Amino acid sequence: MAPLMELRNVTKTFGGGENRTIALDDMTFGVEPDFPHIITIAGESGSGKTTMMMLLLGFYEPTLGTVLYNNVNIWKMSRSETVDFRRNVQAVFQDPFAVYNPFYKVDNLLSIPIKNFKLANSKKEARQLMENALTRVGLRPEETLGRFPHQLSGGQRQRIAVARALVLNPKLLIADEPVSMVDASLRATILKQIRELNQDLHIPILYITHDLTTAYHVSDYILVLYRGSVMEAGDVEQVIRDPKHPYTKLLVNSIPWPDPNQLWGEAVEASTKKVTAEHAGCKFASRCPHVFEKCLQSQPPLFISSEALLKSTVGHASACYLYEGSDVLTKDQNLIQLFHK
Amino acid sequence: MKGFWDYTKRNPSFGIGLFILLGLILFSTVGRLFINQNDAYTQTVDFNQPPNSKHPFGTDNQGRDLLAMMVLGTGMTLEIGAIAGGVGLGAGIVLGFVAGYYGGLFDTILTSIIDVYMTIPSFLILILVATTFRSVTLGVTEMGLIVALVSWAGSARAIRAQVLTMRERPFVMMAKLSGMGSLEIVMKELVPNLLPFLVMSLSNSVYGGISSSLGLEAIGIGNRRNPTMGMTLFYVNYYSAFLLGLWWWILEPVVVIVLTLTSLVLISIGLDEIANPRRRRKV
Amino acid sequence: MSTPLIEIKDLRTYFYVRAGTVKAIDGVNLILERGVKLGLVGESGSGKTTMALAIMRMIKPPGTVEGQVLLDGVDLVKLSGEEMRKTRLGQIAMIPQGAMNSLNPVARIRASMVEGMTDHGIRLSKEEMNKRIENLLEIVELPAKVARMYPHELSGGMKQRVTVAIAISLRPKVLIADEPTSALDVVIQRQVMETITRLVKELELSMILIGHDMGLMAQSVDKLAVMYAGKLAETGDVRDMFADPMHPYTQALISSLPVLGRRGVFHGLPGIPPSVINPPVGCLFASRCPKVIAGVCVEQNPVLREVKPGRWVSCHLYKE
Repeated sequence: MAPLMELRNVTKTFGGGENRTIALDDMTFGVEPDFPHIITIAGESGSGKTTMMMLLLGFYEPTLGTVLYNNVNIWKMSRSETVDFRRNVQAVFQDPFAVYNPFYKVDNLLSIPIKNFKLANSKKEARQLMENALTRVGLRPEETLGRFPHQLSGGQRQRIAVARALVLNPKLLIADEPVSMVDASLRATILKQIRELNQDLHIPILYITHDLTTAYHVSDYILVLYRGSVMEAGDVEQVIRDPKHPYTKLLVNSIPWPDPNQLWGEAVEASTKKVTAEHAGCKFASRCPHVFEKCLQSQPPLFISSEALLKSTVGHASACYLYEGSDVLTKDQNLIQLFHK
Repeated sequence: MKGFWDYTKRNPSFGIGLFILLGLILFSTVGRLFINQNDAYTQTVDFNQPPNSKHPFGTDNQGRDLLAMMVLGTGMTLEIGAIAGGVGLGAGIVLGFVAGYYGGLFDTILTSIIDVYMTIPSFLILILVATTFRSVTLGVTEMGLIVALVSWAGSARAIRAQVLTMRERPFVMMAKLSGMGSLEIVMKELVPNLLPFLVMSLSNSVYGGISSSLGLEAIGIGNRRNPTMGMTLFYVNYYSAFLLGLWWWILEPVVVIVLTLTSLVLISIGLDEIANPRRRRKV
Repeated sequence: MSTPLIEIKDLRTYFYVRAGTVKAIDGVNLILERGVKLGLVGESGSGKTTMALAIMRMIKPPGTVEGQVLLDGVDLVKLSGEEMRKTRLGQIAMIPQGAMNSLNPVARIRASMVEGMTDHGIRLSKEEMNKRIENLLEIVELPAKVARMYPHELSGGMKQRVTVAIAISLRPKVLIADEPTSALDVVIQRQVMETITRLVKELELSMILIGHDMGLMAQSVDKLAVMYAGKLAETGDVRDMFADPMHPYTQALISSLPVLGRRGVFHGLPGIPPSVINPPVGCLFASRCPKVIAGVCVEQNPVLREVKPGRWVSCHLYKE
């Protein structure tokens, strides 16, 4: 099935000369319309996860490669194709205050897309749509509509942003750290609504975060990024319980689980070999405790774990020469194929 | 309206500045009812008269009634400032928004022009331009437009900078995702947010405009018949009012100038508070 | 039985503003024993950061601090300005939120570290000072060369370690850390937290860790205190609190958290955090409480009681 949205060998670099950073490195990833799952794009700062979102939303132009929606390059779309793209690919952002223009009432966040995408035939119908969506996310329309952003709490504002996604019923939703700036007690509610968007409306959702606990809680599959490349990908339960890639192991080991019986275990040993010179190999080499010669020569491709396949569960791949010998997912293949049974 | 009054109470700088400015405007408009406009131009034999019952503001050395001159002249100076400020800011807004939001080649060209333009002393430009006109054709409007020639650049640059920071904000991204077109975003999302900044820029522009016009007029460039503040000072200097001890002739334009400029500065300071929001947002 | 290091009795911090009285901290009683790491957790509006400022007497007008904060028997609230200044850093040190971004960008690390010490009258020869700085950097696991560097040359984690080094430079008895790792990536976060807990143990300090991340609390502290709307809801041993939370707020908070082995189950807490301006009588959690009792919960303020040994809860559900 042709992907709904696709990054085809996309590379994004910033700056030039000595200050050149490769934010995303030759990434091929596609979301398929009949695969409505929540996929986490996980990584720390500098991993490329935000860049990936900005590329998918058409806010950054790729340096190399193409970004496609319904098989059309989004940077070469006609006016009507662009409208369709904008209508069907939506987002929930991190900062519950910054997405609102402080000048206008919060109703705007909902009413403007309804108007622009002609989702209602009359003002009354539009109002009805808005009220339904707000009730669905656990808000009371009479307490939220007509207010200005600063009059509501962060949790309320973020829920309105989720209600907006409900109203628009897009074909793809990208959620960028939707709960990191929200109080702990409200996170579960918002994550639940995101889950419901996915389960009830069958919308595939890309969940971008650095917080693996919420990723574990809400998503099905996970991609772990490090400095612009995918290090590991697979079922989220599997990847977190049994990480294959040394970087993922380091990440998972550092998760502060809210459970005093699940304390940080043995610290993962830092690499004793000093790898300081520039090399064309694995990006994690300089921090990896298992680094060897081959790691410095070329970047490892994604090796598909054979034991996972044997158990006939979903694919689990990691970009590490420790797993050399297994089947390889090439750079031109869509990562999402990994998650198909 | 009540909100506005409350705001002026909380922001005394803005309130006082506005108050003074309104007072000056009233003086120059309502004041006309109390004077005979011709008195500002007609030369009489009552020259060099200190303030008295017939001439409450005194007369100058040509026998012109200073009250009439002040009333008319204040209005003229304010008008020059308004035109200079308004046109200068208007051009600055259009150029600044287009360069800031759309970027690209236009932005690069505009920034280069502004950078070069602003290194040339504005006063030189003004003198060069103004002296190509015959002084009698330099009415208030013309003076305003000439002065606007130098004020647009600073505004454009400042506005461009503001637009650049706003462009990356999540609410602009949200607007794009909601199907809003670029022009719509500029008009509906960016301009309202920049309103305080724009009003402050207007205040600064008007200030600059008045200052520049004073500079030109004080050295005699401009319509010598117009009793603007600058022209009055020109004559004060030309006819050695200091040596003759004609204090009222010196004091009056100076007071008006000080009041005008101070009120503009106060307004600007007052608006700076909301133009630079450092509100901490609690989530 | 040694006396507790810090005893906070009926601490109140009110801000008198035009709109009314903001009761940021409304009668908090808390004890910190020697060598114990206490986690103070709460959401926005709970008053947790205000607690740190109140203890350090850094509340500015229109805020007032009333009640007692006894440090080794000395009431900090009653100290003079000069005496309190000496107490800060010397006896009780704080790493405020965003500390790493407050390092003087034009001063070398060494200068920032020396500043705190000389302000407190420490006079050492150049060699002695260098030695002390090297020693401090070693405690926070930074190489000695950091002393000669500027803040912008250091990573986030390293800058944060420098702020810790500054905080312990005069060997205080208590270290208060307010969200020390909030801006750091998860791997660095673990490393910095482990450095802090290790040095707290080595130097025999007591620590108050303030934050909203229950995960970090579970990993790093011995005792936990949960704040809600300016009051203390519950406090006790951290393991006990997680295993058997007693206050409905704590229960809701803990059950809403993601844990390994429990995916896809979301227990959110309805409602919004309360405002602490002119708060009404009665329990401020009542409107959101799943176990609210009609009548008493809205009419009477619950009192913090020791419901079982070492466990204090402020809830009408528990009669002593």
